[in-house]
Amino acid sequence: MANSQRYTREIPHRYRLEAQKFPSGFVSLPNRYVDPISGKKEFEKIKLQGFGTILSYTIIHIASDQFKLLTPYAVAIIETDEGARVTAMITDTNFEDLKIGARVEFVLRKIMEEGASGIINYGYKAKVIG
Amino acid sequence: MREVAIIGVGMTKFGELWEQSIRDMFAEAALKAMENAKVEKIDALYVGAMSSGLYAYQEHLASLMADYVGQIGVPAVRVESACSSGGQAVRMGYIDVASGMHDIVLVGGVEKMWDVEDGTFVLATASDQEYEAYNGVTFPGLYAMIARAYMERYGLTREELAQVPIKNHKHAVNNPNAQYPFEIDLKTVLNSSMVADPLRLMDCSPITDGAACVILCPLDRAKEFTDKYVKIRGVGAATGPIALHDHKDLTRLEAVNIAAQRAYKMAGVGPEDIDFVEVHDCFSIAEIVVAEELGFFEYGKAGKAIAEGQGTYGGKIVINPSGGLKAKGHPVGATGVAQIIEAYYQLTNQAGKRQVQNARLGMTQNMGGSGGSCVVHILEGM
Repeated sequence: MANSQRYTREIPHRYRLEAQKFPSGFVSLPNRYVDPISGKKEFEKIKLQGFGTILSYTIIHIASDQFKLLTPYAVAIIETDEGARVTAMITDTNFEDLKIGARVEFVLRKIMEEGASGIINYGYKAKVIG
Repeated sequence: MREVAIIGVGMTKFGELWEQSIRDMFAEAALKAMENAKVEKIDALYVGAMSSGLYAYQEHLASLMADYVGQIGVPAVRVESACSSGGQAVRMGYIDVASGMHDIVLVGGVEKMWDVEDGTFVLATASDQEYEAYNGVTFPGLYAMIARAYMERYGLTREELAQVPIKNHKHAVNNPNAQYPFEIDLKTVLNSSMVADPLRLMDCSPITDGAACVILCPLDRAKEFTDKYVKIRGVGAATGPIALHDHKDLTRLEAVNIAAQRAYKMAGVGPEDIDFVEVHDCFSIAEIVVAEELGFFEYGKAGKAIAEGQGTYGGKIVINPSGGLKAKGHPVGATGVAQIIEAYYQLTNQAGKRQVQNARLGMTQNMGGSGGSCVVHILEGM
């Protein structure tokens, strides 16, 4: 398993949803250096407000060892209100309330533990609202 | 650029090859291909493998393979592009021969998947590790999200989706190298265990050990070795967003379309000229989306068309005569090369009971991740 810096460097994105808005309107949660649409290198730093809409979702029944204890769990592709595309686990939601077009709110949650003595990893999940 | 021919092929059976290591499998396929092409020395070697490090704890694969097929001294390199590693290796071999750098090039693909427990983790490394896999999405989960978006938009039913693996299993019955050469019915698909809703086990390509190799040479030298050779007439490769969520339209795999257009342009042909196609049906939905991106059906129409028999013998185009990844098996790095081998058999009239009659032009489409990479070849019988 990885050293802690692999996780700490992603904290601004995972804990605080710090993102970049590029001239084409493309919004990226991971660090990028070039706008994938326009090729331009300028961007504005923005903070995602943490709300979005489900574009598609699945319920995972067979997971890797890291997530096996959580099955079945839902994962969705979400477009945030700012236009960022994000893949997130769904939490605090009944499966029946999942649908394409459902509104979600991002929340900070534990993602996984790297074994008994490893790092506890945090990040965003999303829950269906209203 | 020189024209390039495939003059020999060799592969292992696909399946759970407990007795064979990664080097055993590669050596078997490579030596068969060299024997088939009547070639004793090669000038260069390419090997496609997605993750020999995580699957078999072995990197530096190309050197190992050159050593174990008796070719120490040749330049050899591994090519990696997730599930399209094999097809990309063929493309590198093509470029090598076409450029005039080397004459006799061995291109192989291999994957040893059954030696590890957590294969789900390994496959997910083909996605964006920090922004997809970290959040719990599996590889089947990505295609499940494509399937859900497609089914909702185009009204494809669960029963229609099931017709893809049913067809591919039917084709595999006549393929002696297939992992699962038996038929399945609708009930089997719909009752198989859920993997990532709406995809069930029978929508998913299996875990497979296997290797596949081909020998390339300049077209004008092919006759020195054999009268059974095919010409590589078109090659196209492209990349797409690494993360599925960055695909503007979740029902599309645009890299497939770009790669196909490049291959069509180079070959000077269009979809209507292709007699059969081996596509990357890692999941049932993938075959449907890919068949549209390759231009065989309009967007939103391939699912219903395949369910109505348009993707098999007697239909519009035979898709996956080999049985495809689902039924032939999917040893990730070997798959792209095995697709080329199926095309070689079809175009040299050696495909036995699964022969596509009068096949002259065949296409192979090999794809990495959720459309992050794709490579397409168009082959011509001589």
